[in-house]
Amino acid sequence: MAVHPTHTEHIDSETGKLGMWLFLFTEIFLFSGLFLVYAIFRAKYSADFHVAAAELNAFIGTINTVFLLVSSMTAAMALTAIQKGNKRLTLFLLLVTILLAALFIVNKYFEWSHKFEYGIYPGSPVLKNMSQGELLFFGLYYMMTGLHALHVVIGMILLTINVVKVKLGTVNSERYLILENSALYWHLVDLIWIFLFPLLYLIT
Amino acid sequence: MKNDEKHISSYSSLVIVLVILLFLTTISVLVTGFHLGAFTVAVALIIASVKVYIVLTQFMHLRFENLFLRLAVTGVFVLFALITIGTFIDYFFR
Repeated sequence: MAVHPTHTEHIDSETGKLGMWLFLFTEIFLFSGLFLVYAIFRAKYSADFHVAAAELNAFIGTINTVFLLVSSMTAAMALTAIQKGNKRLTLFLLLVTILLAALFIVNKYFEWSHKFEYGIYPGSPVLKNMSQGELLFFGLYYMMTGLHALHVVIGMILLTINVVKVKLGTVNSERYLILENSALYWHLVDLIWIFLFPLLYLIT
Repeated sequence: MKNDEKHISSYSSLVIVLVILLFLTTISVLVTGFHLGAFTVAVALIIASVKVYIVLTQFMHLRFENLFLRLAVTGVFVLFALITIGTFIDYFFR
């Protein structure tokens, strides 16, 4: 029995990953509900949604898309790096991912404050004078991008925890489930944005 | 158990995936500038779906996962599609 004394603790990474996926399913349905609301109101007030969506800055949206796509790649690369046992590269890639996430949030900050300057924020007098459809569009815009931004921040926290764990060596080429699951979470954040971006910024 | 036979994505393959994703984003931005009317929505959503499929299979390694997980993920998206269709039918033919 004691042939492998160093492997007494059993880590079932397959099950751990399945658990993460089940959690991601609930996340997908959380956003799905909002997408469904968007779809129905868009069908009902298509003209208003047209006008309101034109207010959004497609350039900022595109830049943020690029940030998230690149960060998704660096997160996937970080997993490859830890699997290959390259600690320094893993840390570097995780930090690049966090930096890109931070740039996304900074961009979002400027985007939102620009809207606020024009008096477009939830419950503002300007918004109350708009048509029903525009009101709904901006409501959904703040709800969906806000909830997404919250996920970006949570993702940044998860990635930071990974940086510490990789540094300490508790996450290594043998045990990297938390890094794998954090990367999955980060890809989900990217995945949701892939749908949000065309629906809010491009379809004008 | 499966740890030994785990697939490790190569750096170069991940870069290629990113290039494809950025290419699709560019197309998506350009196409919506053409004002194709109702087609704009369709084209934008089709491109987004292709991108999501690529992220799921490549970045999230679903390509190398077991059949159960792949079916489960497919099931989630099929369920969402059914709910959407059901809601629209209910909404427009009530």
